[in-house]
Amino acid sequence: MKPAPFAYHDPATLDDAVALLASLDDPKIIAGGQSLMPMLNMRFLQPANLIDLNRIPELFGITPEADGIRIGAMTRQRDLAQSDLLGAQMPIVAQALHWVGHFQTRNRGTLGGSLCHLDPAAELPLVAALYDAELTVRGPDGARVIPFAEWPLAYMMPSIGLDEMLVSVRFPTIAGPQGAGFVEYARRHGDFAIVAVGCILALGTDGTIVNARIAVGGADQVVRRAPAAEAALAGATPGPEAWRAAAAHAAAEIETMGDTYVSAAYRTRLVRVLTERAATKAAAQAASHTPA
Amino acid sequence: MTDHRTIDLTVNGQRYSADVEPRTSLAELLRDKLDLTGTHVGCEHGVCGACTVLVDGDAVRACLMLAVQAAGREVMTAEGLAPSPEALHPVQAAFRNNHALQCGFCTPGMMMSVTAFLRDNPAPTETEVREAISGNICRCTGYQGIVAATLEAAAVLRGEIPAPPKQPKETAHGREATGRARSPR
Repeated sequence: MKPAPFAYHDPATLDDAVALLASLDDPKIIAGGQSLMPMLNMRFLQPANLIDLNRIPELFGITPEADGIRIGAMTRQRDLAQSDLLGAQMPIVAQALHWVGHFQTRNRGTLGGSLCHLDPAAELPLVAALYDAELTVRGPDGARVIPFAEWPLAYMMPSIGLDEMLVSVRFPTIAGPQGAGFVEYARRHGDFAIVAVGCILALGTDGTIVNARIAVGGADQVVRRAPAAEAALAGATPGPEAWRAAAAHAAAEIETMGDTYVSAAYRTRLVRVLTERAATKAAAQAASHTPA
Repeated sequence: MTDHRTIDLTVNGQRYSADVEPRTSLAELLRDKLDLTGTHVGCEHGVCGACTVLVDGDAVRACLMLAVQAAGREVMTAEGLAPSPEALHPVQAAFRNNHALQCGFCTPGMMMSVTAFLRDNPAPTETEVREAISGNICRCTGYQGIVAATLEAAAVLRGEIPAPPKQPKETAHGREATGRARSPR
C-alpha cells in the first residue's frame, strides 16, 4: 500500500463534512483526488483523517443565477466541459479544460479541488481570476464569500481557514458580446503549463473593446491578472497593434520565476507571445458573436 | 488505529465483497484482493495510464481512486472486455491485427481508454485518437499501431467493416495466419 494509514470519513451531507473538519485531528479533504492521491501515494502528505466529499450531492451542479452562474465545488471537470450553459455563456471554460490533464483525469477532477490545490499553472484558477469569481466557504461559524483576488495568499496556498471548506463558486456575468481565448504552452499536452494566458474581450456597439480581461498562469507563484495590459485594451480598436501593445504591458508587469527547466526570461517571452495569441483568439470569437 | 471497511462492488458483472484498509487503491483491490491482475500498475501517480479502468462507464485511473470510493459502483477491467473465452472484443482484435502491443504492459489501460473513447466518439479523426490515448504511455510501439488499431476498432464497432477473423487455430506449422498477414516475398 502506498499511502500512510489514515482514518476515512465519507459524510453524506455538507453539515456533517463541516462538523468533521472542525472536530477531527489532522484532517485532509479529498475531492477528485487527481492531485491529492499522488501526494498520498508518494507520502508527501500523511493525514490522520481523510474526509471524502464525493458522496455529498449538494456540492455538485451548475446553476444559473441572476447575473452569474454558480458551480458546486465538487462538479467534475468533465461536466464543466460538457455543460451547454457554460458552453454558451463561459466558452473559455471548455477551452481551458482542453488543457487540463487527460479525459481520464477530467472524469474525476473537480473545480473546487483545483481551486484549493491552487497550482500556479493550473487552468481553472486562471478562469476564476478572469471572472473575478466569488468563492463561498463554510466553517464552524457559517459561510463567508471570498473574492478570487483575495484567494491566493502564496504558492499553492488559498486563503481558507483550516476548519473551512470550499462549497461553491459564483462566476459573475461579463456583459456584452464577447469572445474568449485560452492558450498555453507545455512540453507535453496534459502537463501543467509553463505559461498559460486567458483573455476575454467584450465589444461595444461601435466595435471597440469595452471590457478586456487578461490572466496569466504558470509565470509567477500565483495566477495573476494583467491590469496594465487590460487598461491598454480598454477603448482600443481590435487589431494586431492593440494586441502587441497589450502583450508588451503583460510581459512588463507579470513577474516570472525560473526553475530547473525554464528560465524566468523565457517565461517572460512566453507571456508576451501567448498574450498576443490569446487576445487574437478572443477577438476572433467576439467578432463572430457580434451582429454585423 | 488501522481502519477497515467491508465494501461491495461489481466488477465485470460479478458481485464482490472485500475487506479493505481505506488507504487501499482501487488498483490494489483489483489485483491483490480480487486476483484481477489484468489491470496493470505503473507509476502510481496518475501519469502512465496503465491502471485505467471504467467506473460506472467512465475511464479513470485506478491508482488515483480508493477502493472504498468504488463501493456500490460498477467497475470494468480488461478482463471484462472479451464477450467469451473464445472471442475477442473488437478493440482487442484490432490491437492484435495492427501490432498495437509489444510488451503488453500498457495494453490493458490503453484498451480501456480506447473503449470508453470510442463509446463517446464512435467516428474519431486520427488527431482525436492521438489525443485520446495521450494519457496512456507506451514505450514499445511508437503508437502508430495503437492509432491504426483504434481507427480499425471504430470502423468495426460502427459496422462499416466486418469483425476480424476469430482466434487463430494452432496448426502443424504454428499459428494460422490472421487478418492482415504479410504477403509472401
